[in-house]
Amino acid sequence: MNDGQRINRDGMASKPVLCATGLSKVYEMGEVSVQALNNIDITLHERELLVLLGASGSGKSTLLNILGGLDVASSGTLFYGDQELSGASQSELTYYRREHVGFVFQFYNLISSLTARENVSLVTDIASSPMRPEDALALVGLESRMDHFPAQLSGGEQQRVAIARAIAKRPHVLLCDEPTGALDVGTGRLVLSVLDRVNRETGTTMAIITHNAAIGRIGDTVVRMSSGEIVERQHNAHREDVDQIEW
Amino acid sequence: MVARANHWLRLFRVRALHLKLLRECWHLKGQILSIALVVATGIMTVITMRGSYESLIEAQQRYYNSMRFADVWSSLRRAPESLRERIQAIPGVALADTRVSFLATLDLEGLDAPAQGRFVSLPETSRPILNDILIVRGRYVDSSAPDEVIISEKFANARGLNPGDQIRVIINGRARSLDIVGVAISPEHSYSVPPGSLLPEDDRYGVLWMGVRALGPAYDMDGAFNEVFVKLSPGTNERAVIASLNDLLEPYGGYGAYARRDQPSHMMLQGELDQNKVMGTAIPAVFLGVAVFLLHLVLGRLITTQRGEIAVLKAFGYTDAEVGRHFLMFAMLAVLLGAVVGTIGGMALGRGYIDIYRQYFDLPNLQYRLSPGLLVVALLVSVAGAFSGAMGAVRKAVRLPPAEAMRPEPPARFTPGIIERLGVGRFLSASGRMILRNVERKPLQAFFSSLGVAFSVAILIIGLFMYDGVMQLIDLQFRKIQREDITVSFLQNVPASTRFELERMAGVTRVETYRGAPVRLRNAHWHRETAIQGLEEDGVLRRLVTVEGTVQPIPAQGMVLSRVLADRLHVEVGDWLTAEMLEGKRQSAQVQVAGIVEDFLGVTAYMNLAALDRLSGEYAVISGAYLSVLESQRSALYRNLKRVPAVAGVASPASMLQSFERELARNIFISVGFLVGFAGVIAVGVIYNGARIALSERGRELASLRVMGFHRREVATLLLGEQGIITLLAIPLGWVIGYGLAYFMVMGLQTDTFRIPFVISMRTYGVAALITILAAAISAMVVRRRLDSLDLISVLKTRE
Repeated sequence: MNDGQRINRDGMASKPVLCATGLSKVYEMGEVSVQALNNIDITLHERELLVLLGASGSGKSTLLNILGGLDVASSGTLFYGDQELSGASQSELTYYRREHVGFVFQFYNLISSLTARENVSLVTDIASSPMRPEDALALVGLESRMDHFPAQLSGGEQQRVAIARAIAKRPHVLLCDEPTGALDVGTGRLVLSVLDRVNRETGTTMAIITHNAAIGRIGDTVVRMSSGEIVERQHNAHREDVDQIEW
Repeated sequence: MVARANHWLRLFRVRALHLKLLRECWHLKGQILSIALVVATGIMTVITMRGSYESLIEAQQRYYNSMRFADVWSSLRRAPESLRERIQAIPGVALADTRVSFLATLDLEGLDAPAQGRFVSLPETSRPILNDILIVRGRYVDSSAPDEVIISEKFANARGLNPGDQIRVIINGRARSLDIVGVAISPEHSYSVPPGSLLPEDDRYGVLWMGVRALGPAYDMDGAFNEVFVKLSPGTNERAVIASLNDLLEPYGGYGAYARRDQPSHMMLQGELDQNKVMGTAIPAVFLGVAVFLLHLVLGRLITTQRGEIAVLKAFGYTDAEVGRHFLMFAMLAVLLGAVVGTIGGMALGRGYIDIYRQYFDLPNLQYRLSPGLLVVALLVSVAGAFSGAMGAVRKAVRLPPAEAMRPEPPARFTPGIIERLGVGRFLSASGRMILRNVERKPLQAFFSSLGVAFSVAILIIGLFMYDGVMQLIDLQFRKIQREDITVSFLQNVPASTRFELERMAGVTRVETYRGAPVRLRNAHWHRETAIQGLEEDGVLRRLVTVEGTVQPIPAQGMVLSRVLADRLHVEVGDWLTAEMLEGKRQSAQVQVAGIVEDFLGVTAYMNLAALDRLSGEYAVISGAYLSVLESQRSALYRNLKRVPAVAGVASPASMLQSFERELARNIFISVGFLVGFAGVIAVGVIYNGARIALSERGRELASLRVMGFHRREVATLLLGEQGIITLLAIPLGWVIGYGLAYFMVMGLQTDTFRIPFVISMRTYGVAALITILAAAISAMVVRRRLDSLDLISVLKTRE
């Protein structure tokens, strides 16, 4: 059930976008080696929203980094469509990130010297078929705050700019590392609903890292990690509405 | 027991903090090293330039004292030896000495052109009372041997002559062969320039000392003298002694007494030393200033980036004072490292400088000596700079409560700057805006960084412009002023008709005569001895040329003065001067200042030859001629001229130019190399530190961009673009500062003998900018390497 095509919620066959087999990651820290990932198999399908749950140190961020082309696995294979990313060069990985992947970070990582619109333009300037920055910002509900600098925006607004920036290049995959980690519940819910809407409306494949089990209910798939291994996989027949979940 | 434990704990704590210091220093070794290098250059320039100046002054004083160098000189036609007692009796004169001195022709092997010797008498039975000589090889003359001679060292070296060799001379028209018994130096002839020349020509001009009983009769000076010099009692009014001496010597054909400061060799040496003083003060001041400024700038920013660490230390219970001390030690380490490198390097370089000076100046026992006072001052200034830079930042850092300081700094506030509001922003990409806004957000910081780099441009300009000035001087002197092929000077004035004999000589294509007449020019109580240069009215071989290069015609009436001379005499065009001729009939007459020329060599008064004749009351006499000759016949002409007894010397601008260029190569290129290196260090110091600090301040932003798929090159452009703007802004600023510094330097370097024209060529501006850009590019490349290894993953994790 992990590999190959799968029937999505609309009853259509969906192709795998990212496919990892036997991924392991060992960090050599001087004389000690730390096994961060151990023989992971995981596939992200088109239009899928995957929630990666786990405590800190479970290896979920390491996995996300490898999937996003920020880090390379010590062993195992990773395919983006037909392209093998395991063993790709630094510049191939840069190209992969530039064209196909969007990132949303816990701490937004906006460029403080650029306005919301300009932060988005930063990405659309280098992408091959991007949205208009204004459209991306409208999608996250910030059409009225486009010319504000990060210092003039609330945390939730900053995170929504970050999401607009990540989706503006129309990535195939959007990877979000604790996107609500620095936000209060209300704002966190607002950010999640934006991500949910983006997934539904643009069909972007999405992986969200969180240590908050409640968030798992909004995903198609929930993967639980512990000590560098996948300990549980669960498919939700029905994705719950963001408004209905509590934490 | 508990107290003991606490004591150990305290010791341990201090040691852990020291450990942190050492580790951080290692981590920031590039930055510490570049700060240390800037401090080192600052200290090095002080130790080298100021130190060698002080060493020169000390050697000069020692030399003058041991040689009993006189205070006042006068030449005269002839006076009996009995006059010495009356000179000795002038109030204020402590010691007086006399001698016989003449110019004579030397017949040197392997040299076609006539060479000249300045013959100076020595007492045979004892050493001279004043103006002694220092024998460097051989011995002093013997009273029983009339053919013994001591020759000057530079001449001996240039001609390969040694004690035991012989030299043929023509004394008063009679050829003689003299035995060289010694080689000597003297402060009167440290720098000896042959008549008619501007620079030493050691292979064709030397000083020859002979016993007075041998030399006197040869020139009909038995029991007489034609030079006198005195040593003054302490506190004596020099002007009064000069006036008395002039009165006393008037009937004996006195040419006017002058003080030590006007003694040609001393004047040259002092001029060099004064220039050295200006350079040795101005350049280290600029360097040390820049070093202090950089310390202030860099340390301040460095400590600001350590905000989190400071908070952690404070959270552990370190006091503000302990934290402050920790960071000050950081600054001190860079300063001390710089001081050690600077002192060692400065002393080595100082010795190198002195080695060069030793070839150039006849100063015996010239040793590089480092005065401890100098080192202390240089150190204190550097330490003060480090302190002031570190203190401000440390104070800001420790003022924050730990909890607040541990939180990341809030996003920096940005607004569109003035440039964007002007509408330029529309044409900029997002990355262009980032660069621009970062510069505009901290305009002061950007300005000071630019200022730092500007100093590197300025230092290059003051190093390079000297070359421009001297090139201009060479061009003016040898292409516009001295257009003759040969200058002939006669032993004494000859009838003007001599020109026809010169014209008849084979190879001579043009002759223009001149007359140099010693004179005392007087305006009220200002007066000065100089020479009037009488030139032919429509001469083309010698002309009056201003610093700007324009030819100034010689008026039929009146006198044209050097700007320096006019200033000394406090006269302007149209004023009248009294000219007291110091030779021939010695008549006095009023003469009008017809013009003032901004020239750059010597202190001269120029007149039309015919007007000079009228002024002096002596008609149709000349003291030399300028010749144009056929190059193919030059050697033959030299041989012919050598046989004419009246000819004292033949100078050739071409060989003068050669010796000039030799001097130039030695002096200018060395100091230029020195300055280029230093300016490079400053540029690297500012740019490298600026980029490194920007990298630590904005590493997170840049890593985010990399995560989003920006290439390394694109990210590097963002970071280094800012440094690029700072460098580009620095260049015009540096040009302006350099222009100003160069101007003050030229003003400081003006001497009576030599004025460097103030010109800065486009080439100098260009080279200064280019070297600075190169240094910036090298720094950028080093930072770029660090940028390439940016840790992308850590960005996703933490805030700091």
